[in-house]
Amino acid sequence: MLDLAFKGSKKYWRWLIFLLAIITVGAACFLLQLREGLKITGMSRDVSWGFYIGQFTFLVGVAASAVMVVLPYYLHNVKEFRRITILGEFLAVASVMMCLLFIVIDLGRPMRLFNVVLHPTPHSILFWDMIVLNGYLFLNIVIGWTVLHAEKKDVPPPKWVKPLIYVSIPWAVSIHTVTAFLYAGLPGRHYWLTAIMAARFLASAFCSGPALLIILCFLVKKYTKFDPGETAIDKLSKIVTYALLISIFFVLLEVFTAFYSQVPGHMHGLEYLFVGLDGHAKLVPFMWLFAALSILAAFLLVNPKTRKNERTLIIACVATFFSMWLEKGIALVVTGFIPNPFEQVTEYMPTVPELLITLGVWATGFFILTVLYKVAISVKEEVEAL
Amino acid sequence: MEKSRRDFLKIGGISALGLTALPAFKVLAGKKQPVYKLSDKALKGKRWAMVVDMKKCWEKQEKGVCKDCFVACHSIHNVPQIDNPKREIKWIWTEPYENAFPNLEYEYTAEVLKDKPFIVLCNHCSKPPCVRVCPTQATFQRKDGIVMMDFHRCIGCRYCMAACPYGSRSFNWGDPRPYIKKENMAFPTRTKGVVEKCNFCAERLAVGLKPACVEACKAKALVFGDLGDPNSEVSKLLKSNYTIRRKNDLGTHPNIYYII
Repeated sequence: MLDLAFKGSKKYWRWLIFLLAIITVGAACFLLQLREGLKITGMSRDVSWGFYIGQFTFLVGVAASAVMVVLPYYLHNVKEFRRITILGEFLAVASVMMCLLFIVIDLGRPMRLFNVVLHPTPHSILFWDMIVLNGYLFLNIVIGWTVLHAEKKDVPPPKWVKPLIYVSIPWAVSIHTVTAFLYAGLPGRHYWLTAIMAARFLASAFCSGPALLIILCFLVKKYTKFDPGETAIDKLSKIVTYALLISIFFVLLEVFTAFYSQVPGHMHGLEYLFVGLDGHAKLVPFMWLFAALSILAAFLLVNPKTRKNERTLIIACVATFFSMWLEKGIALVVTGFIPNPFEQVTEYMPTVPELLITLGVWATGFFILTVLYKVAISVKEEVEAL
Repeated sequence: MEKSRRDFLKIGGISALGLTALPAFKVLAGKKQPVYKLSDKALKGKRWAMVVDMKKCWEKQEKGVCKDCFVACHSIHNVPQIDNPKREIKWIWTEPYENAFPNLEYEYTAEVLKDKPFIVLCNHCSKPPCVRVCPTQATFQRKDGIVMMDFHRCIGCRYCMAACPYGSRSFNWGDPRPYIKKENMAFPTRTKGVVEKCNFCAERLAVGLKPACVEACKAKALVFGDLGDPNSEVSKLLKSNYTIRRKNDLGTHPNIYYII
């Protein structure tokens, strides 16, 4: 089936070469980082995680694209999703691959990565994150590939995939929960020390993942002969709507607890993000952009007229995706380190090589996604042509 | 029996996956671990702790700037001197009262404390969050309470730095060696990409010596000893003085105590 990835139009190859070029630039910068150390990044003694870990955190959310089509289809028999489950699963594969890459490039000594396997440590949340992320990757590759293969051969999928599909649903919840636990269990990091962290992760995942999936569905419809179906997109957009509203609600819950209780530690992080702390305000514009975009998206999604209109729906999905990226990919991780344990503020801004490496990983993810989608859609076109 | 190339690759892939189970198998096989024998001279304790008498330190400071404890520690442990505060590495240093004890500071803080430098170092917590989060056990706690680092096992994920509420940990953002003025050949230098911090001079305790900072302090402001022994100097000091600990409310049970 993989052979289908080698037969494509000029546009397909041009896109892949374009991505390869970005990957090459990122890889070159990564070699520089390997030689010089992480000092080529903007991270510091005080803000010791930055853009890389932010992207990882955000992309764990995007991987929820799979469960949001698999769950309705297999548990609630929402037939409209039959055509796009594979798209959700393959998007999850690409996202988790990016997550893993971001963790590896953030390590000070990536060659020692396998120490995590050699010295398994169940009391470390990072150990569990390794298990759930790799497990989710494995599940989605196996399920996606097997079901697609069966579709190609025009036979029902083998019986043994069914249990794997059922396992993949709670497993998806686990990747968000465990990733949230990385942050939510640390004493002295007030911005992260909140019991609704996992709930926030789930809510933002369930809007950012499906939002990207909707955008991808439109792209697929535009560039290929495969039509994911209007009703499927409509159902997905409703999921995005609810998840986005819950996400915004959860952020407001944090604001209430911090500012009504007036406990300084709880207020510092939000103050830093929205108005600045002790004269440091580098993230303030990003955070207001997040607020504006999420409100715009909510407005467009709640109104059925704009939700059902293709153009406004795309705007809403881009706004949802980008606003969640600002909140998870930039703000969340950095603000946990502000103020530092000595109540001083050290700010963080990524450097150019750091951004290029990040871009390289994103390009790798999109390369994987393109190849997987190419295979899936070629199969679908083949089947539908019969 | 005919096998297609696809089947061959599948079986090959599964076999390769199976190899990753090897370490688990080795653990289960229960090979006997070698036993390390401690020197007879070694200092032994149940729970090592330090009492810092800041008044004694400040008395000495009034006569002139004293950095004896930092210099002693940083030179014997090959701690690089990097002047960039974003990249610096430190095992023991001072922070103003307001920063070392942010939860104790308020508008009318007594003049004797305001802006006064406090010696800070790893607290060797009895319930260390850094040990809890480390995915490789490169940071671990010894039976005598010392929170140690295995620089050769650390993968540089910096989870411990996020977990430590005291800012006690430093990361080698680059190669530290060019920043070491005079190398002490008896202690390892670090490589880029690993975390490091105070080790309570475990290597000195092993040969019967007190921590370097304690030995270097002419004001005798730093007292090191075993809280498991009720007759040790630290136990007596804690009984007879009012002491404070950094961020006591977080439940990490720090083992550095301050007399103010």
